[in-house]
Amino acid sequence: MKRSVAAWLFLAPALLLLAVFAFWPVLFGSVLAFTDFSLVRETHWVGFDNFRYIFNNEMFVTGLKNSLVFLLIVPCVQLGAIALAVMVNNQLPGIKLFRAAYYVPVVTTVSVVGIMWGFMFHEQGALNYILGTHIGWLQDDTFALAAIMFVTLWRGLGWYMVMYLAALQSVPQEMQEAAILDGASRWQRFWHITVPMLRPTIMVCTILSVLGALKAYQEVDVLTQGGPMNSTFTALYYAYDQGLKHLKLPRALAASFIVSLICIGIALLCLRYLKPKHR
Amino acid sequence: MKKTAQYLLLAAIALLCIFPFWWTLVTALSTEGNIFSYPPTFWPKQPSLENFVEVFRVIPIWAFLKNSVLITAFTVLWKLVLCSMAAYPLARLHFKGKKLVFGLIVATMVLPSEVNFLVNFITVTELGLVDTYSGVILPNVVNAVAILLLKQAFEEVPQDLVDAARVDGASEWTIFTKIMLPLIAPWLATVGILTAVEAWNEYIWPSIVMSKPDEFPLSVGVLYLRGTFGSSTRVIAAGTIITIVPTLAAFLFTQRYFMRGMDGAVK
Repeated sequence: MKRSVAAWLFLAPALLLLAVFAFWPVLFGSVLAFTDFSLVRETHWVGFDNFRYIFNNEMFVTGLKNSLVFLLIVPCVQLGAIALAVMVNNQLPGIKLFRAAYYVPVVTTVSVVGIMWGFMFHEQGALNYILGTHIGWLQDDTFALAAIMFVTLWRGLGWYMVMYLAALQSVPQEMQEAAILDGASRWQRFWHITVPMLRPTIMVCTILSVLGALKAYQEVDVLTQGGPMNSTFTALYYAYDQGLKHLKLPRALAASFIVSLICIGIALLCLRYLKPKHR
Repeated sequence: MKKTAQYLLLAAIALLCIFPFWWTLVTALSTEGNIFSYPPTFWPKQPSLENFVEVFRVIPIWAFLKNSVLITAFTVLWKLVLCSMAAYPLARLHFKGKKLVFGLIVATMVLPSEVNFLVNFITVTELGLVDTYSGVILPNVVNAVAILLLKQAFEEVPQDLVDAARVDGASEWTIFTKIMLPLIAPWLATVGILTAVEAWNEYIWPSIVMSKPDEFPLSVGVLYLRGTFGSSTRVIAAGTIITIVPTLAAFLFTQRYFMRGMDGAVK
């Protein structure tokens, strides 16, 4: 009895903060999406009005499309991260330096990332100099979204590499050695030993990466703020823009409600099709 | 031969990761022209620190630095205190509702938390915490990943030690502070260092809670430098370098924590 009181006392502060800052926003936010809430006047139920509004709003519709286009970076990041992890999973001299180099973008704040890649992508920036082109990557609506996606990939690669590296290092060495004795080629060993062992990690990372792609908006804020001509809006950037810059909270919450639904749906699909096979 | 090819590929990718930092550093150290001079310079000519001096002159960077340090320090401190307190009973005590509580904590990992700031801003306003450090810190101190990591750490402490202390009549609080916490110190360090980098880098939330430039942490202030002053790109580059040096240093000196950090939590 006494011990269970102690248990609750230990937990109380953390639970209180979670309730206020993690559960309340989801619950209250979902309710507010169906109202005309504003800080200055009375609130009324408006049913699906906010949803109707955003689906007729070009910025949100573009944003939603762009968020789906963003999913293209998932296979790139995952395959890239697996390849990198395999390449640095050895004891070659200096390999730790390479691992560190790949992780540096991960520990860099997004605002700095935005400034640096703003320089890189500028018409007179390094990228154009190296490629010998003359393109305003972030000012041209053909390239701006791709540029933002590239930066997202650049930021994420090292993080996933570390996840895969940890998984690779838990693959027992004996299995590899036995396979070598049996005359298995490098590729066969990778495909028949490493990949099955990585499966659970691949599943977790893929889901995280899918959710991350659907929810991307910070890179948009620091690189283009949705421009040029609203071409780089993502669904959540729309929510951020409406909620904080235009103080249209219910619209913003309706938009994030839709994103959440899509995320939940896709996460369930991933769980279903990527589940580790029972042996 | 094959090794050379592998090194070349590794080096090419490393260059892609590092190059923007290098170019920014070169720009921050140069004394004339700006980052968009043609052809661009990738090696500092007559390097000098005058741009860094200029940063200190044009923006309240000492205030930014102070804000970043305080926000980071208190986020780490409170997270370690509250998350270890929450993890301990989940790992070592039996009580009714334990499964439910654990489930709720795990559930916060799948909630669509990216946009919590929309409602959290209302909450923080109602609590009168706008423009305060507490407003920036409080929503970030309890986090499921940290609780799960620390819970695992507590589970590895041998039961004998706890039993011996109970026989001696030690209270749960004494067991927690005198036996448990010292034994999981390496894990506290892991959570601490990962949290420190995260808190230092946090950008969206502090930019919402803090409305006056003097209150910005560096991560927000550096964009303010780009936005309002129309400063020379050399000065912006210098501000950027000042912002990232602490996290880069923390990362380089404590790499092993980062390389294993998430590992435990995902399992």
